[in-house]
Amino acid sequence: MMERTLMRRLTAGLVPAVPYLWLGVLFLVPFLIVLKISLSDPAVAQPPYKPVFEWSDIAGFFGALDFENFILLVEDDLYFRATLSSVRIAAVSTLLLLLVGFPIAYGMARAPERYRALLVAAIILPFWTSFLIRIYAWVAILKPEGLLTQVLMAVGLISEPLDILNTETAVYIGIVYAYLPFMVLPLYATLEKMDDTLLEAALDLGSTPWRSFWTITVPLAMPGIIAGSLLCFIPAVGEFVIPDLLGGSETLMIGRQLWSEFFSNRDWPLASAVAILLLIILVVPIVIYRDVEARRVEARP
Amino acid sequence: MNRRLSAFNVTSLVIGFAFLYLPILLLVLYSFNASRLVTVWGGFSTQWYGALFRNEALMEAAWVTLRVAFLSATLATVLGTLAALALTRYGRFPGRTLFTGMVYAPMVMPEVITGLSLLLFFVAVDFDRGFWTITLAHTTLTMCFVTVVVQSRLMTFDRSLEEAAMDLGAPPLRTFFSVTLPLIAPSIVAGFLLAFTLSMDDLVIASFNAGPGATTLPIKIYSAVRLGLSPEVNAASAILIGIVTLGVISATLLSKRSILSSRRNAH
Repeated sequence: MMERTLMRRLTAGLVPAVPYLWLGVLFLVPFLIVLKISLSDPAVAQPPYKPVFEWSDIAGFFGALDFENFILLVEDDLYFRATLSSVRIAAVSTLLLLLVGFPIAYGMARAPERYRALLVAAIILPFWTSFLIRIYAWVAILKPEGLLTQVLMAVGLISEPLDILNTETAVYIGIVYAYLPFMVLPLYATLEKMDDTLLEAALDLGSTPWRSFWTITVPLAMPGIIAGSLLCFIPAVGEFVIPDLLGGSETLMIGRQLWSEFFSNRDWPLASAVAILLLIILVVPIVIYRDVEARRVEARP
Repeated sequence: MNRRLSAFNVTSLVIGFAFLYLPILLLVLYSFNASRLVTVWGGFSTQWYGALFRNEALMEAAWVTLRVAFLSATLATVLGTLAALALTRYGRFPGRTLFTGMVYAPMVMPEVITGLSLLLFFVAVDFDRGFWTITLAHTTLTMCFVTVVVQSRLMTFDRSLEEAAMDLGAPPLRTFFSVTLPLIAPSIVAGFLLAFTLSMDDLVIASFNAGPGATTLPIKIYSAVRLGLSPEVNAASAILIGIVTLGVISATLLSKRSILSSRRNAH
């Protein structure tokens, strides 16, 4: 019997410890390193930054840290504009996703029960195909001589080729397209559970459909709206692939800025400082998301 | 339940699904285009598929991608299942809040941050960039998705079966392998498939952590796309889409059959 309690103690300790340790070493420690390097100076070397940590010299360690990179971020208004425009593009995209995703999720929730599982699978299927490939598909559609122009000109809606590729409009289309399942699925999950008798009661009492939509459906769908919006907004702020392939050179986004500081300018400390900046913007939404998600999973019966 | 589809519901479903599927269908269609111009139809041809298989650099990258995906998905499945068990079965342990944070954050964290931080970590510990750095990076990202998938299954299934086994004297490990594991197996398989696809798909994290020795398919596709549209990329994409579609359809059929048979047994 002694042996068994010992065994139980051991598994109770080991089961959390292994993944905990993994995430600690490969998720938490790397963040601390980013923070450290964002405070050091670039060097023309491999790796291209000056190490600022010497175990023997704690005072020297703090002396060598400086906020030069962050001062640069504040002084050069490029980063300020990139931050603003990332947040703006992500916020507008999230609104567009709500507008596009809500009618789809609502239609799915009202479909006959035997079709619902199929509809959910059909929403998820594109998500399993490569993100990069799905964005690439839009390049051929949005090009000035591309398929959208060909169709619209054949129908006679436009006489000039559309010039959408390499604009912010193309970035919005790309984000809405790529993130749509992340918006639709949480919305569907809440709408599907909704009690229809509430809507019927409201109609019986003389409410207009529009009014019952805003006073009953929307408040009841709020958990889904919040989860879907965060699930889209947070990664969209740091998006790199979509603005890079569909946006023009004037489409400023912070994820793209980080990429070019790292790969083109090879300024690792500055890239780290940009990463910290991006993290500061996102820390509040990420914490809210974690709480919403933990509560959602743990609230299950 | 008495629900009716209005004309508005049907229209939004039709437009919504057309929007999701048309771009992918067009991409596949134009992979059979005889013309080098990706947007002008020049007749049916399978020449780009031939060109693809003769492209050794691309084939090499595809092989690396598959190996990374398999290895990282396997590691992620083990770690993610352990993490899910920790969260549901070993409720209170010190640092639980930090742990849930580390599980949920990587899923929404912009990939540029995860990629950069892992790279700086590998440089700091003097670990050569290549196959292993991509594998470790992908494991870290995808284990969180496995955790969530397995956790939601662990939350919903009937604990009394486990308790019965324990009461009858089965030790914890035996209970786990003969009762818990078979019950959560479908979610573990789903988690593995999700991890595999995410790894095969990733461009950003792989770009930061790739070394001169190991390039993945998304990195190759990305650099080809930056130079302009190429029918070979269409062909490669069409093959990937075909594999994924077949995989998802067979997984759906398998799970449907297991649901049907378990229902039949229950009656």
